[in-house]
Amino acid sequence: MAVVTPAAPAATEEDKELLISGSEAVAEALTLADLDVVTAYPIRPYDTVMQAIAKKISGGQLVAEYIVAEGEHSQFEIVKHASTVGARVFCGSSGVGWMYAMECLVVTPPLRVPMVALVGNRALDDPGAFGVEHNDALVVRDVGWMLCWIDTSQEALDTTLIAYRVAEDRRVFLPLAISADGAFLTHSQALTMVPPKSKVDRFLPRYDRGDLLLHPDNPITVAPQANEDWVIEIRRQNYEAMARAVTVIDEAYADFRRVFGRGPENPWFEEYMADDADVILVGMGTISLPIKVAIRELRAKGKKVGLVRLRWFRPFPTERLVAALSRAKAVGVIDRDYSFGSPFGSGVVANEIRAALYNAERRPPLLSFICGLGGREVTLEDVYKATDLCYAAATSGKSDPKTHWLGVRE
Amino acid sequence: MAALICEVVYRGIFQKNLAARITRGIVLSARKSGRWGIAFGRYGDSPQRNGIPAKDFAIVADTKEELEQNMARYEPKHVDVTIAVDDTLSKGVESWAWYGLQPINRLTVPDGTLLMTSLQSYDSLLQDIHKKDAPYKLALIRAKASFSGLWVYREDHTEVRILGALAKIAPSFLTLQGVGEAIRESEWGSDLKVDSAKKAYERLESRDVTMTEGNAEIPYSFEMPKWWEMREGVTIPAIPVGKPKEAGKGYVPERNPYFKKFTTRTMRPVVNFDTCVKCTLCWIQCPDSCFDVMPDGTYDANMEACCGCGVCEAVCPVENCITMVNESVFDDNASQWEMWRKDKQTYQAWMAEKIGDKNATVRSHGFRFRGQYEKELEKNFEGGGAEITAGIPGENAQHKEG
Repeated sequence: MAVVTPAAPAATEEDKELLISGSEAVAEALTLADLDVVTAYPIRPYDTVMQAIAKKISGGQLVAEYIVAEGEHSQFEIVKHASTVGARVFCGSSGVGWMYAMECLVVTPPLRVPMVALVGNRALDDPGAFGVEHNDALVVRDVGWMLCWIDTSQEALDTTLIAYRVAEDRRVFLPLAISADGAFLTHSQALTMVPPKSKVDRFLPRYDRGDLLLHPDNPITVAPQANEDWVIEIRRQNYEAMARAVTVIDEAYADFRRVFGRGPENPWFEEYMADDADVILVGMGTISLPIKVAIRELRAKGKKVGLVRLRWFRPFPTERLVAALSRAKAVGVIDRDYSFGSPFGSGVVANEIRAALYNAERRPPLLSFICGLGGREVTLEDVYKATDLCYAAATSGKSDPKTHWLGVRE
Repeated sequence: MAALICEVVYRGIFQKNLAARITRGIVLSARKSGRWGIAFGRYGDSPQRNGIPAKDFAIVADTKEELEQNMARYEPKHVDVTIAVDDTLSKGVESWAWYGLQPINRLTVPDGTLLMTSLQSYDSLLQDIHKKDAPYKLALIRAKASFSGLWVYREDHTEVRILGALAKIAPSFLTLQGVGEAIRESEWGSDLKVDSAKKAYERLESRDVTMTEGNAEIPYSFEMPKWWEMREGVTIPAIPVGKPKEAGKGYVPERNPYFKKFTTRTMRPVVNFDTCVKCTLCWIQCPDSCFDVMPDGTYDANMEACCGCGVCEAVCPVENCITMVNESVFDDNASQWEMWRKDKQTYQAWMAEKIGDKNATVRSHGFRFRGQYEKELEKNFEGGGAEITAGIPGENAQHKEG
């Protein structure tokens, strides 16, 4: 059964401010969430989370099983099993490490295991590289994982708490991967408010696996072999769980704001100066930083540009995103990923948004940009260039079918 | 509306934790006066290799918005204060292939400050520090470079001395009181360290450096190829085989023209060609293949390729034939063998001077005898970091005598 970490003595109701990295913020949240089982196998940049958790355990702040696996495949398999017996679990990886765990990643959603994982986004090999690309996390986008992208250490901490609340909700019971941009978030230390355990206890109930608990008192078989008489019904269950997650995510954020007094009203995406924007740029993760700075510069010159930073990719906030984007005269999607041979050769996010807009009453021209791959800096100049192309499309009223690569030496 | 941007240039592994403490200390100190801040490392620098020049950054600003403004770059393009915690970094920085040689003051803004720990004179340092097209200040904390290992940390107060010095350099962002509070609150802080910060604040030396001063060398640089110029399949051409040194004799290997990596070096081997027995051990054991074979069968450490690891000194069977000497006492990368061939007596005199200087032959990292660390600490506290402990020239001198 789950081990309960003893409450720290002289617990205070006040938040405390710490200078911590995104990875350390995740470890703070895991400590507050009273994690039971964590597995570890090192790969940059995810290993920084492992190290931070290990420090929490060695410092006596967290009592949890820390299992060093012999590879990512075992790492994810171990927590999957721990979750079925009622443990709150955590795991994670990066880049090709995430790929090596693919078989386990694929079997987790149908078993309805509410695993929370951190993907420290990293370019897929080859070439061996450490910098951020979103393709690693995105490969599980079709198989029942919930996927979200975070931007700051604060959001890393808050989202980790929210993740357990959502994943472990009986209506959902799906795994959830939080994506953190390698380097920009995992390795940068920022001032972060860490809430007291008492607040977290008011927000996050204990994980109750109910009738799915693998326990001698509740004899069940998990994952029997099935033929064509059963598979499609099982998929339909997963489909429904993902659909229900939408409501659960809305509830969780509302409750988070009630308990902690912070957090976004719109869980799904951040809108920055997007209300009156002629051109809206869309991106995920820490790319928001140069875009926001560029937007402030552009606004000072009278150009109405805004940002929609997508937090949740699965479930995809189709209706809300369409409502937010169809107001604009042009939309530019900046992908920190690629999808070779895809429609228009565009990135994954651009094509999702194209699909989302298909049924919209008003479809603004959409431009697709690929930028910042392998951790390449997304410069203000890149953003200005994207904005100029979007304005040209806004004037002509036509989508530019070409996918633009920004910041490539050519 | 104001921000303070600092970079810490440090030696990979040996000073990794030192640099992290400094950048964290900057943010936490500035927080005491209500500033926002962020501390981060240049991601590409990690995982690090021993001695490779690496960078950490700290940005503090009045407002969160202004912090974002300065964080929007992958790494700062301009810094108000460049901090170098080893003075051999004054020769320049090359962390990766294709980076070229970057002057230590490259990112320092006009009228900014280059803050170093050093026992060298200003003039001696300015022979190494490249000329800059703008005036700046060179500020010195009188202390030798603080080198730790991956698993140990040398508690010689260098981190708090830097913080104390910064309170002098940028008083509107870091007050001495704020620095003191931040030190006391940190897990590695103590009242003694607060005192050390205060001493550094009081003892900081500084002078203006004009545009005409400094090393006139043009640092080597490269232009990276365009995507369509690169070979496909993540493939790069091999380095071609080498050539004889001259007249069909000797052997000089070709080396990576885009990554010389000699700025990794804190010490270099000085070779006595008169006592060399041509046993080949230095040449074979050098992990960077830095030795060129000379026509007479001796081995010349190529200073454009040597990383200063000291393996050659350790494996050489002849007493004092190879001696590691601190990089700060050399002004160029010229061939020792050529100097020896030209005039053997002059070379012997030059060599005797270099290897006879105990201050220069003390190991830049690691220890020579039990208790050295405690001795150094004692003297550092009293002397504000000025005292250093002399070492024994020749890593294996004792063994060789036996």
